Amino acid sequence: MRRRAYESWGRFPRAMQKSMAVRWRGDDMPSMPDETRALPFGNGRSYGDVCLNDGGVLLDCRGLDRFINFDREKGIIRCEGGVLLLDILRLVVPDGWFLPVVPGTQWVTIGGAIANDIHGKNHHVAGTIGHHIRSFELLRSDSTRRICSPSSNADWFRATVGGLGLTGIITWAEIQLKPISGSDIVCETIRFHSLDQFFEIARESDTAFEYTVAWIDALATGRKLGRGVFFRGNHATTGSKRVLPEPEKIDLGCVPPIRMVTRPLVRLFNTLYAMKNGVSAGRVNTHYVPFFFPLDVVGSWNRLYGTQGMLQYQFVVPSESALNVVGEILDRAARSVAPPFLTVLKVFGDRSSPGLLSFPRPGITMAIDFPNRGQPLMELLESFDALVTSAGGALYPAKDARMSPETFRAGFPSWEDMLRCVDPSISSSFWRRVTGSST
Amino acid sequence: MKRILVFGATSAIVEATARLFAADGDSLFLVGRSKLRLESIAEDLRVRGAGKVAFAVLDATDFEMHEETIIEATTSLGGMDVALIGHGTLPDQQLANTDPDLVRRCLEVNATSTICLMTHLANYFEKTGAGTLAVISSVAGDRGRASNNLYGSAKAAISHYAQGLRCRLSRLGIRVVTIKPGFVDTPMTAHFKKGFLWATPAAVAKSTHRAIVTGRDIAYVPWFWRWIMLVIRIIPERIFKRLPL
Repeated sequence: MRRRAYESWGRFPRAMQKSMAVRWRGDDMPSMPDETRALPFGNGRSYGDVCLNDGGVLLDCRGLDRFINFDREKGIIRCEGGVLLLDILRLVVPDGWFLPVVPGTQWVTIGGAIANDIHGKNHHVAGTIGHHIRSFELLRSDSTRRICSPSSNADWFRATVGGLGLTGIITWAEIQLKPISGSDIVCETIRFHSLDQFFEIARESDTAFEYTVAWIDALATGRKLGRGVFFRGNHATTGSKRVLPEPEKIDLGCVPPIRMVTRPLVRLFNTLYAMKNGVSAGRVNTHYVPFFFPLDVVGSWNRLYGTQGMLQYQFVVPSESALNVVGEILDRAARSVAPPFLTVLKVFGDRSSPGLLSFPRPGITMAIDFPNRGQPLMELLESFDALVTSAGGALYPAKDARMSPETFRAGFPSWEDMLRCVDPSISSSFWRRVTGSST
Repeated sequence: MKRILVFGATSAIVEATARLFAADGDSLFLVGRSKLRLESIAEDLRVRGAGKVAFAVLDATDFEMHEETIIEATTSLGGMDVALIGHGTLPDQQLANTDPDLVRRCLEVNATSTICLMTHLANYFEKTGAGTLAVISSVAGDRGRASNNLYGSAKAAISHYAQGLRCRLSRLGIRVVTIKPGFVDTPMTAHFKKGFLWATPAAVAKSTHRAIVTGRDIAYVPWFWRWIMLVIRIIPERIFKRLPL
């Protein structure tokens, strides 16, 4: 066992844990001493503490990175849980296939994607990744293995999809891909000047466009509140099926001692970004990588937030109350101590999510990045919690580092059904926090 | 499309290197100790684009089986263009200092078995008149140090033997490639504290693949180890023996 500073993407909270490498899907889960709890760890792209296990052990599953089978006729791929979405896409795109759901980064493992039941810009048509998982194998600490699918071991499937790694190790998964005719995305960019306009564009876009998302200028207040840029796109129906050369990441080798994300810089960025997209408004063809994963260009942009790290606040609220809640949160965020940076807005579809703890549900979801400014920020976010909870909404565990047990229980009423399926040798910092338990 | 025989296929460096050959469309014959693990690597390499992939289970210290395994591989591959030997273990030097039996076993795994395999493979290539014989040695073999003496001695033996083979075979157009990785973050070194000199198996694999394809004589991977080891080698012994290395 070795002790290494594994961190989550927000780099807050910090946790100290030992790690053990899991490299072979045929091996048992490493056994833990009595009181020690372990947690499967993928690529550490969740923001808060669902991937951390302070004082315990992380089972580093990146070594489970083998493909098992790829049916090029039917578009079915089976691979180990530690394979990155990046590697799946690079393999399947040239054959005319695409992942049915992708998040905002391709540097996540398929196991992590399932454990957080991730969604993408096509949620309104495709649902979550869990909807496209044909089956997976769940390895438990008692060495039992279960092949889970929507039809067999369905209770384990429901507990493991979105189950935050708590039910065991996903040793492999089989995914139904979707056919594409080209690797480009035909993308349209539209500026909007208010939340009302956003909802209008979203409504008219959802039937004709597979991918929709909006960026909001979170520093805009008053008359400009809710201004932003709407992106909508479809897979190109013609053209080449190419992958880009091996991605060269620009890595921030170290954490800058000062915070680069400051209010004037964010304001400048937002203005330039709005101007750029205002100028280039219209229809363009772009490769899938810059369309889906624009931030991946900078390998560790999270470090720009300095040593204190960052928090992302992502919530969903039912459509009826969305205008009010989103407006109020944007207004409070813009005036807050911590300048909100990247802020995105998306309308979820009506498809019910496959997991007990899945986050997506009908309504509007918004994600706001904040530099960590300690207590004042925590108080601000708690005031957001009250708005979200009273509107019947929920926070996204994959992004969370601080919600209270009450907020969690309000947002995930079936959480108690999880308890039966949580592996007795597994726990996480997040799980202990939201269930208020010591193990 | 090359035909490649790989010993130590389940080692992190060798597996990562095999993926690069698979992406080239090459055919591979994998040799290792665990059937289950070899199976999962073979499946992976097929998906990644390898031509034919087959495997055989062999403990490298099972000397009687060396020749048979090579025959099985060349029959399965329909010949052989490249052989890569990469199996090995890292003994605990502290234990080895007081346990001559551990020393003997370690040399069998890391030196004797490798050199015997090289002997068979050199003769095979000599007969066919072409090919590349690559072996994964280590920078640890470049100079004896108190902290890693046994492992270093085994690696020194293979580097030395490979050097001699290179002299014997180069006239025939057969290449002998000695790969000398520095610190690599693999299961073998899981208990070490990692610093800035450490490389990933994928990075080491990239250099290893390139060295084999281009037929380099000796490849330090990553490249900067060549210069580090140059310095290490020229330090006079009367000073070197006092250094805490």
